[in-house]
Amino acid sequence: MDFDRTREYVQHHSEAEGKAQRKIIWVIFWVLLGITGVEVTLGLVWNNMGLAWPFVKWTFIILTLVKAYYIVAYYMHLKHEYKNFIYMVALPYIVLAVYLIVMMLTEAIYVHDTHGLL
Amino acid sequence: MAGHSPSIDSKTLWGGGSSPFNVSYGKVMMWFFLVSDAFTFSGLLVSYGFMRHSFAESWPVAERVFTHFPFMHGDHPLLYVALMTFILIMSSVTMVLAVEAGHRMDKKNVIKWMAWTIVGGLIFVGSQAWEWYHFIHGTELGAFQLADGTIVQWVDAAKESFYLPGKEQVMVSGAEAAAMLKNGVEVYGANLTVNEYGLPLFGDFFFFITGFHGTHVFSGVVLNFVIFVNVLKGTYEKRGYYEMVEKVGLYWHFVDLVWVFVFTFFYLI
Repeated sequence: MDFDRTREYVQHHSEAEGKAQRKIIWVIFWVLLGITGVEVTLGLVWNNMGLAWPFVKWTFIILTLVKAYYIVAYYMHLKHEYKNFIYMVALPYIVLAVYLIVMMLTEAIYVHDTHGLL
Repeated sequence: MAGHSPSIDSKTLWGGGSSPFNVSYGKVMMWFFLVSDAFTFSGLLVSYGFMRHSFAESWPVAERVFTHFPFMHGDHPLLYVALMTFILIMSSVTMVLAVEAGHRMDKKNVIKWMAWTIVGGLIFVGSQAWEWYHFIHGTELGAFQLADGTIVQWVDAAKESFYLPGKEQVMVSGAEAAAMLKNGVEVYGANLTVNEYGLPLFGDFFFFITGFHGTHVFSGVVLNFVIFVNVLKGTYEKRGYYEMVEKVGLYWHFVDLVWVFVFTFFYLI
């Protein structure tokens, strides 16, 4: 008996569907390139423009998350998988990563504020 | 013990229902691996954030460290790493185009786009090697490590006065500087124990995070090459589907995804 059942879940598409998909791929490419361009430009000019660092920093973080979303959703095709599969992949990661970040950075700020006191 | 087990005919043996996720076993496992790998990278980047927040004032500014660009003189902050990011995004596009061609059983285009992906990956690894080389060698001027381990930057090439690190740079010169310069050493470039740009921790994290990512890129190139050879040999043409290209594609996009975060947290912020 053949245990490899990959064949049953393989995706194929027609020439016309392929054309539509390639168009989306290139649109996402320009989005990713555009965001990277904005990030680099902002990184070079924010100091001379007199922008506040926290504003610049959060702009960088939000733009990065937008980029990550487009890569995972479209290039890795996760957006078009079953809902259950999306939740199974994304939720454990998001929940634990946010927990780790909040916990460690809270601790880091405490360590920073108590340097030389302990 | 397999030799002794009674043989079960396929009617009795449960072949399993259909996948609840409508995704093949191999692809589910690739996603599981990527989630676990994502945790590893998160651990590295969060520990970087931890150290950076604890030493907020004396942390080196990446923009002033990575200012080289091939065949150009002077300071060009962010330019080189922007180019590297562009190369990796580009190779992500060629990878997803190879996956798309695979869905149409278009062998010729799978070969073309996979070849470009491998080329992009190799250029990226080479760029990283170039950046490491410059970070390890450091600047012509170098810096000075005081007796207590603090790294101070020279004011000019005379090397008689220097800036102390901190939120507001304090210049030390004259007799006071001369006395401090008696005990200590000149430092050029960076390694795991000393770093002319400031805290050694900055160098450690740079080597570890970009090194770990670079190792991923390199293994991605190797995997892509293996699958590329199979495509050339017509293995997937015969099989009737190109899902292996999709699986290495997932890994390759993940490597690009990690770089998006490394770029932001190491170079921009």
